[in-house]
Amino acid sequence: MTATYGPGAGTVPRPPGTLSTTARTRRTLVRGLPVVPSVVLMLLFLAGPIAYCVYYAFTDMRLTGASTTHFVGFDNFTKAFGDSNFRNAVMLTLMFTVLSSIIGQNVLGLFLAALMRSASRPVRSAVSTVVVISWVLPEVVAAYLLYAFFRREGELNAILHVLHLPQQNWLFTLPIVAVSLANVWRGTAFSMLVYSAALQEIPAEITEAAEVDGAGRWKRLWHITLPMIRRSIGTNLMLNTLQTLSVFGLIFVMTRGGPGNRSETLPLYMYEQAFQDSLIGYGTAVALMLLMVGALFSVLYLRLLRTEV
Amino acid sequence: MKVHFRAFAIALSCGSLIMPLSACGGSGSGSGNTIKVAYERNMDNKVRVMDDYLAVVKKQFEQANPGKKIELVPIQAVENDYYSKVQLMMRSPRTAPDLVYEDTFLINSDIASGYLRPIDSYLSTWKDWSQFLPTAKAAAKAQDGKTYGVPDGTDTRGLWYNKQLFQKAGLPTDWHPKTWDDVLNAARTVKQKLPGVTPLNIYTGKAAGEAASMQGFEMLLYGTGKDPLYDPASKKWVINSKGFTDSLNFLDTVFKEKLGPDAQDALGANFGTTLATQLIPENKLAIDLDGSWMGNNWIKTGGKPWPQWSQVLGQAPMPTQNGQAPGSVSLSGGWTWAIPAKAKNPDLAWDFITTLQSKQNAADYDIRAANIAVRQDVATDPTYLQSMPGIDFFTGLVKYTSYRPALPVYPQVSTAIQDAMESVTIGQASPDKAASTYAGTVKSATDGAVVDRSAG
Repeated sequence: MTATYGPGAGTVPRPPGTLSTTARTRRTLVRGLPVVPSVVLMLLFLAGPIAYCVYYAFTDMRLTGASTTHFVGFDNFTKAFGDSNFRNAVMLTLMFTVLSSIIGQNVLGLFLAALMRSASRPVRSAVSTVVVISWVLPEVVAAYLLYAFFRREGELNAILHVLHLPQQNWLFTLPIVAVSLANVWRGTAFSMLVYSAALQEIPAEITEAAEVDGAGRWKRLWHITLPMIRRSIGTNLMLNTLQTLSVFGLIFVMTRGGPGNRSETLPLYMYEQAFQDSLIGYGTAVALMLLMVGALFSVLYLRLLRTEV
Repeated sequence: MKVHFRAFAIALSCGSLIMPLSACGGSGSGSGNTIKVAYERNMDNKVRVMDDYLAVVKKQFEQANPGKKIELVPIQAVENDYYSKVQLMMRSPRTAPDLVYEDTFLINSDIASGYLRPIDSYLSTWKDWSQFLPTAKAAAKAQDGKTYGVPDGTDTRGLWYNKQLFQKAGLPTDWHPKTWDDVLNAARTVKQKLPGVTPLNIYTGKAAGEAASMQGFEMLLYGTGKDPLYDPASKKWVINSKGFTDSLNFLDTVFKEKLGPDAQDALGANFGTTLATQLIPENKLAIDLDGSWMGNNWIKTGGKPWPQWSQVLGQAPMPTQNGQAPGSVSLSGGWTWAIPAKAKNPDLAWDFITTLQSKQNAADYDIRAANIAVRQDVATDPTYLQSMPGIDFFTGLVKYTSYRPALPVYPQVSTAIQDAMESVTIGQASPDKAASTYAGTVKSATDGAVVDRSAG
């Protein structure tokens, strides 16, 4: 929006001898011209498909099996809420998001960032390299590595065997926990980077003053550190949550949503309905509801961000 | 100035609108002398059966028809994604190919969507069509009575068994089970005599996908009586039949008595590969309910070359439940060549089909792909019959075989079958409970077009 209002327009009083209102409007429009192609492209390729998607969600469109498409109102949505598989997918999505993003990535990221602050330089660079590598790996590669780690003949069970601890087929008995841990492994680096930057912003004087006042480690964390990086926490939570809600490749490669539907989160359910069962209309409706879940989380975090210290 | 500006603005925004649109054009069907042929390329980069065959026929066709060109459009994807991709291509005239390789299991569904065009007018002038077996002709015939595709082969299903293991367990190496109990008893003997050997494999669960529904469940279900899945007379899907519960009971017995692979392995995403490249060639599996193409895995160019396979493995037809007529069960799938409704060049596409399905080329493909022939002249051709051990056996099953009810809703019914199988396999539900869950799912998927056979 800033592009359409030229610099100096509005706040600065108009010096004598400058342009009239119409001339100014025209100038603004001319200045806006270079943006027009990209705006049109955006509308065409971003807003267009989204509008189409909303429309499809209210139809019975199928990829195959019917030559006509009808408007069906809220049928797709009522069908979803009556479907136990859909409710299961919603529950699993929430579990996956809370476990892996809100608790896992977020807390572990903060913990790592705090530890790294007091670590020596070589340790810090070594740790951050290792953590960031897991983040940089392409999703499919990371997912395959984690599949190999968690499967019955995998490394995790080998380690447990050496430690004389009970082993199990993680991808079969606790699939949602396994994919959540996998997502923590993959996504913690991002939180760590965000928090490292945020922690560096805290002035040393404040921490020292608190220390002089006799505040212990936990008191300092609770009363100084957390309030001061509150904005970073909000941003990080929002980005993490939205990213985690839409995780598809990781789960698809590791379990395909199975066994049964015990790790079938909303994105996998959506794929199965839209492309396996060819119910494009229904699949799109599920996608819209996923969007709604994301929007709810965003509103929540935005409210968290708003309150001032 | 003002007018100029407005004209300029309009020109610019129109230009930016049109630019991307014109960039989208130009792809899709070929011009008058070119046709585009879309087909599935195997995900395994070592397997290029269709690619190699099409390259040969393309060359042949272009030499016989100077000036005409074939453009091959391989789509490298797993089956389900291939279907989706082709369906999306056929929706728009800009992307529709001129010829497409269609699975018989989806062809009716795609016909109902209006993606394909009937080829009856071409077929009536093609004398080779009389060579095709009636069941194969029916596979590409829609509910409107018109034919939409030319089949290039089929497959059948039966029992593969390991003769060496059978001998060690004291079972006959020339095995002819007559009932389901015969199969189960052989598996029990193997379990008792040969610890460490998996007695019987039957595909199950969602990870195995259509293999579970077709090679696994329907091979049982179609041995329990007439029209066990879909009743063509009333055009309704069958629910709550005794046959359905019995088939689930068979599965339950296999996994409860540990006659099958470990449930956790059987439900894994890569079990099919493990089976073909490890369990069977390493003599760790005694009986496998599987398809006619399995030999493809073990030939020199296959995923796991195993020269002794034709001596070690025997084949037996899958028996009906209690040995009732016709005594054996088989199910068939197969692919057809079809012309999309939005093809730009259907006449030339048809010419290419006749070249693809000339007797010699059809035989060539059936041999390359270990397909079961659907042309009578190919089915009796000695080169074809000797091309692969066991092919004569599986060709013999064609007379017992059934095609799936390839209706638009079938994929959803198939998913419901896989769910029922999976819940029985892991012991989450009893066969009765799983059958009633299936009944509910099918009822809602078909909008109540079901026939309840619980009384019978």
